[in-house]
Amino acid sequence: MTTAPTTAPKVQNPNYSEAFQSGVREEMKRNPGIFILGTDLIERGGHFAQVKGIAQEFGHERVKDSPISEAAMVAAGVGAAMYGCHPIVDLNFIDFAFGAMDEILNQAAKIRFMFNGKVPLVIRATSGVALGGAHHCNSLEALFASTPGLSVAVPSTPMDVKGLIKTALRAEDPVIFLMHKKLSGIRGEIADENYFVPFGKAKSIRSGTDAVIISYGYSLVTAQKAAQALEAEGVSVEIIDLRTLYPLDEQAINDAVKKFGRVVVLDEAPVFGSITAEIAATATERNFSSLKGPIVRVGGARAPISANPAMADAAIPTVASIIKAVKQVMAY
Amino acid sequence: MTIPDKKTSLALLRQMMVIRDFEETADKLSLRGKVSGGMHNSSGQEAVAVGVLSALAPLDVIATTHRSHHHTLAKGFTSREIMAELFTRSTGISGGRGASMHLGDVTKGHFGGNGIVGAGVGIAMGAALGIQQKGDKKVSVGFIGDGGMNTGRTWEAVNMAVIWKLPLIVVVDNNQYAVETFVGRVTGGGDLAKRAEGFGMKAFNIDGMDVLEVRKYVSEARERALNGEGPSFINALTYRYYGHNVGEKGQYRTQEEIDTWKSTKDPIDHFTAVVIENGYADQAVIDEMRASVRAEIEDAVAFADASPEPDISTIYDDIDSGKLGVQL
Repeated sequence: MTTAPTTAPKVQNPNYSEAFQSGVREEMKRNPGIFILGTDLIERGGHFAQVKGIAQEFGHERVKDSPISEAAMVAAGVGAAMYGCHPIVDLNFIDFAFGAMDEILNQAAKIRFMFNGKVPLVIRATSGVALGGAHHCNSLEALFASTPGLSVAVPSTPMDVKGLIKTALRAEDPVIFLMHKKLSGIRGEIADENYFVPFGKAKSIRSGTDAVIISYGYSLVTAQKAAQALEAEGVSVEIIDLRTLYPLDEQAINDAVKKFGRVVVLDEAPVFGSITAEIAATATERNFSSLKGPIVRVGGARAPISANPAMADAAIPTVASIIKAVKQVMAY
Repeated sequence: MTIPDKKTSLALLRQMMVIRDFEETADKLSLRGKVSGGMHNSSGQEAVAVGVLSALAPLDVIATTHRSHHHTLAKGFTSREIMAELFTRSTGISGGRGASMHLGDVTKGHFGGNGIVGAGVGIAMGAALGIQQKGDKKVSVGFIGDGGMNTGRTWEAVNMAVIWKLPLIVVVDNNQYAVETFVGRVTGGGDLAKRAEGFGMKAFNIDGMDVLEVRKYVSEARERALNGEGPSFINALTYRYYGHNVGEKGQYRTQEEIDTWKSTKDPIDHFTAVVIENGYADQAVIDEMRASVRAEIEDAVAFADASPEPDISTIYDDIDSGKLGVQL
């Protein structure tokens, strides 16, 4: 806590990582208890430049390069959070969380329940299916979202990255903050320091009248392309971005099911045991009579992700598979 | 070994007696089904807990293991709130949500017992990082057993404490058996202090049956940590008088071995003799102390028995803060 922060550079039309930096910088200035630890953060700025320049601005006490010790990285964050800090543990790729699963699922998630304490901790990681092969393309969000005590953010825009990380850094919970690999290059507006995105509030990102696609993360990009193609065919599709998977915006899901009755749930995790399964089951239980036909799930294959680009693409939803699903719900 | 003043010495002795009586009482109650989920008895290991905690300041942090009644009592929690927790009552230290294995209160510097071997040292290391980040003059102690010496996460945490010079003291409450597995049978190199030294930290193999020796080594480790010299590792050799879990019928060690430890190394007998030799107490004072301890534990059992069960409608309380969903 020794280095006085200087003014952050203003970024025009920031990308996904710069939006993260912006939110973190603002909150670090406000709260001296926030620090970041992870591998290759100081010089490299993280593998996705997600914290680039922050060490230079705030000093090496507040951006700490760690050894490749995932269990200890998360344990360090858990213990420091219990002590009263608000650490951000950067795991680089969410796949690396496997080395720290006990610390995340069994420790961080349960301390508040048993030990009269708080665990204000952000675990940031890059997630999603892209090139890189089976060890870097796991979709673990359903595992975290189904663990009591954890919350999961899956922002799809720079605006939401900043708004959600700022909310996470003001709360007092362990948050899994997932940033999709294939969104790294996207750019967009971000809001000023007083803009916060609450968890559990979905957002409609495309208006439509005939059917709705409920999704999150990079799948939204594919969904937009499918919706444009369908528009040309006279089918008007609404798209809802969940933004967080726990808490899940059940109200928005209910409303959409009631309004459209034709529902596609989309993500790139293997459909077996996925968030889309959760949404489809809950929506069917609660609003069966509003449905014009079965909810259709579009998701990943229950297969490891290949390094071959065509094989990797074949394991996740495509524009064509989304169009097909929408036509399926439109058939009723 | 320099003996502390009379008041301190008698307090150390009494605390060890409290632990022994608590454990033997709880063990019997557990066999009668009063302790939800069973328990891990620390009888024989009193000197480690009392030696360590008596060398710490009240707000120093500890994180510990599945066998943690003794650490928790020595940290200053009452027999009442710990017995009530074993009975999973609402008045227990963890509100009845933890029982024997999950004793803790973060607000009082007890960062939890743990059902997972090795997890406590990682959390203690994180607390030490928090202490360093805030510039506080405190230390964090991570208790671990000999069984935890062979899980990788322990050494990840140790390495991190070394490179960042964290105010961490790792205490191996080494009762020599990981459930039924003798430490020597599964520990490469054999010498735990040497293993820790390889990470670049001060490390010691000490007599965990001698409360003053434990206290001395932890005091010195604490001083080093407060001076910014980083973590220390203390392997305190001790012995577990009972099985890993209550009711265990172990064939993995001989009765002769158990009897030898009890008759020649018992930490309470040993320190009682020291106290008497030093003129701090005579047998009458010791007997009186034992009687007052007995009364305290009986009171704890009565308190636990009379305490209400937790309200089951609270199962969703304290899972998260509920603040993430609020529009700021």
